[in-house]
Amino acid sequence: MSEPGTPTRLIVSADSILRLPRHIKLRHDAGRGRWIILAPERVFEPDETSVEVLKLCDGERTVGAISTLLAEQYQAPVDVITADVIEMLQDLADKGVLKS
Amino acid sequence: MSESTVKETKTGEFVAEVDTSCARAPVGLLAELTHRCPLQCPYCSNPVDLERANTELSTEDWKRVMREAGQLGILQIHLSGGEPTARRDLEDIVEEAARSGLYTNLITAGVLLKRERLEKLRDLGLDHVQLSIQDVDPENADRIAAYKGGMDKKNDVAKWVKELDMPLTINAPLHRQNIDNLPAIIDYSVKVGAGRLEVAHIQYYAWALKNRAALMPTREAFMKTAEIVNEAKERLKGILVIDFVVPDYYAKYPKPCMGGWGRGIINVTPSGKVLPCHAAESLPGLEFDNVRDRALADIWLNGQAFEKYRGTDWMKEPCRSCPRKEIDFGGCRCQAFALTGDAANTDPACSLSPLHEEWAAKATEESHTTDIPEFIYRRMGAAATAATE
Repeated sequence: MSEPGTPTRLIVSADSILRLPRHIKLRHDAGRGRWIILAPERVFEPDETSVEVLKLCDGERTVGAISTLLAEQYQAPVDVITADVIEMLQDLADKGVLKS
Repeated sequence: MSESTVKETKTGEFVAEVDTSCARAPVGLLAELTHRCPLQCPYCSNPVDLERANTELSTEDWKRVMREAGQLGILQIHLSGGEPTARRDLEDIVEEAARSGLYTNLITAGVLLKRERLEKLRDLGLDHVQLSIQDVDPENADRIAAYKGGMDKKNDVAKWVKELDMPLTINAPLHRQNIDNLPAIIDYSVKVGAGRLEVAHIQYYAWALKNRAALMPTREAFMKTAEIVNEAKERLKGILVIDFVVPDYYAKYPKPCMGGWGRGIINVTPSGKVLPCHAAESLPGLEFDNVRDRALADIWLNGQAFEKYRGTDWMKEPCRSCPRKEIDFGGCRCQAFALTGDAANTDPACSLSPLHEEWAAKATEESHTTDIPEFIYRRMGAAATAATE
């Protein structure tokens, strides 16, 4: 790996292509009947919608494409969905859960 | 589509937050693999009576604990010590933990690690490295740890962790003898590529309690660190997550120690004793089961030591009628016992404790002393020697 240089904040937009880094684990917690994200000294508990979004963060789709997909699925206005998805992903990116 | 939300729970040794929805099984297991350590930090969280190498669990014992932890529904394992890399079978333990579905966290001082070993551990499933530093000033760091040349080794380890594409946390215990370097500690963490920094003011039990007068910062110095951390959190958003553990001597309410007794964290000592917290052996009247004799799940659910202070039924006033009783659980049982003689009393860190004023005044006095005592370093038998001098 090359020198990391000055680290910068990942700003999530409709054009962002995101994925979970190797050390972040989205998994179903069967014992407690819920989905969890395992991260360094953290456990995140995403709700159903967030889990759907995160599963679509595959390093190929853009955030915009994910939002369009969900907007169709839920028959909801795409701009509303996009804003919500970006907000949720930005929050997780700030906590180190996502990378571009 | 409803608005999406993601709930966050901290699982670390000192920053655990536990919510009731996951109270059936602990979220985190603190595995003290050994009490051996080349460093001698005077605020070590290990008990004053350190367990000797010849009492340590075998490789097979630890592997069974990992399997039982996975079956119990534990999510994260903190491989700690002493210095966990002093165990030559760390690889076997990590491999079994990963195989059991546990998120594996190595809590290390780093000085014994080699790059090859770290790479091997990563390949066997190690998820995260937490590296402690004693200061960013190498000479002062050496003096605090009573270990020569630690900083160079830690720099190497931090570099290797990043080269190996693993997440890195820097853990910096804070006290009056390094507190002025907090801004440099934050800069250092960014420079080495850490994603997380744990700035932990010392918690005064065990070794730290013996050294309190040498470690306690003034209230003013503490307040300044809170300001520095808040500013850095904002400035470094998306770059460095900072967890700040406050000194409870200067808090209004006590911390919810371990996220509540027997609620979220379980601790296994080097010899296999299962504790509700790593300092629980300082309390009288508790019986500690051993993983050699009894299943982890049974101990967690039914063990006498876990039942003793689980929930709120054991509480006395002012806790019993307090609206915060399920927020902070009356604070820390070990601190309550050490300072009041009764573990069921309110932790004197709470401003509602009748002893709070007197206790806070003593801490304040110590924090202003100009005649700073020498450290009592953490080593086998050191506490006994110091007590008889």
